[in-house]
Amino acid sequence: MAERRSPAAAFAARFEAASAGGGPRLAEIPFLTQIDLRVDPKSPAAERIGTAIGVPLPLEPGTAVRGGDLTVLWLGPDEWLLLGPDGAAPGLVERLTEAAAGEPVSVVDVSAQRTTLVVAGERARDVLAHGCALDLHPRVFGPGRCAQTTLARAGVVLVAGEDGFRMLVRSSFAAYVAEWLLDASLEYVTPPAGEAAPA
Amino acid sequence: MLLIPCPWCGPRDEAEFHYGGQAHVAYPEDPAALSDEEWARYLFFRDNPKGLFAERWSHTAGCRRWFNAVRDTATNEIHAVYRVGEPRPVIA
Ligand SMILES: [Zn+2]
Repeated sequence: MAERRSPAAAFAARFEAASAGGGPRLAEIPFLTQIDLRVDPKSPAAERIGTAIGVPLPLEPGTAVRGGDLTVLWLGPDEWLLLGPDGAAPGLVERLTEAAAGEPVSVVDVSAQRTTLVVAGERARDVLAHGCALDLHPRVFGPGRCAQTTLARAGVVLVAGEDGFRMLVRSSFAAYVAEWLLDASLEYVTPPAGEAAPA
Repeated sequence: MLLIPCPWCGPRDEAEFHYGGQAHVAYPEDPAALSDEEWARYLFFRDNPKGLFAERWSHTAGCRRWFNAVRDTATNEIHAVYRVGEPRPVIA
């Protein structure tokens, strides 16, 4: 098997340094399974798919539900993104296709399209607010919410969790967004003793 | 910057949207039966009111759905948004 390199692998050390310096916790979760699902939410297939994955498809815009090791994100009125652990794609595609049972349903493995960045900790909201126009206050965008929007003009899928956010970003934008996050975090990071604060 | 309320996602920055021109321009029943002038009229001729205008928008950076909005072209105020297939709301 060919060696796999995740889109933000080169940022691991700088993410760690920023996190250690009191900034937000930054990290990449590489190679998550991502399946794009399109189905009429009122169809019997949608119900069968809910049964097959153990959790009904969320119908409220901008919400995410968890079922086992899967997270199902609402992307549109007939579109969802299923997030699962690395390696889950083939089995998941099979289960979904089986549940579709010939009805007009689209199941596409898009795992390679985006990587997942973590922006967590106390400063997560402040850092994202530098480049995201959404109201990220927990009252509005707390755990269980997700949104497709832009961060520093790059398209992202934001998923709110208990301790921060997971952010799905296109592989080709990952380096740009990683650089942007490090830059936006700078003001919250205390440089190690003996080093001057960054200008 | 306009804040445009997507009928699915709620209020979002104008930069997340693309404009799609006048709404409710029906595709001709039988395009082949149209004269060149009628076809050109369908393709290129649009209303240009000062005031309320029903127009199409696409939430390209969000849910990627097309929807309709009634916007006042003089003030930029958006009076209503509604999903594809829903009738144009009456605005007093
Ligand atoms: Zn939307």
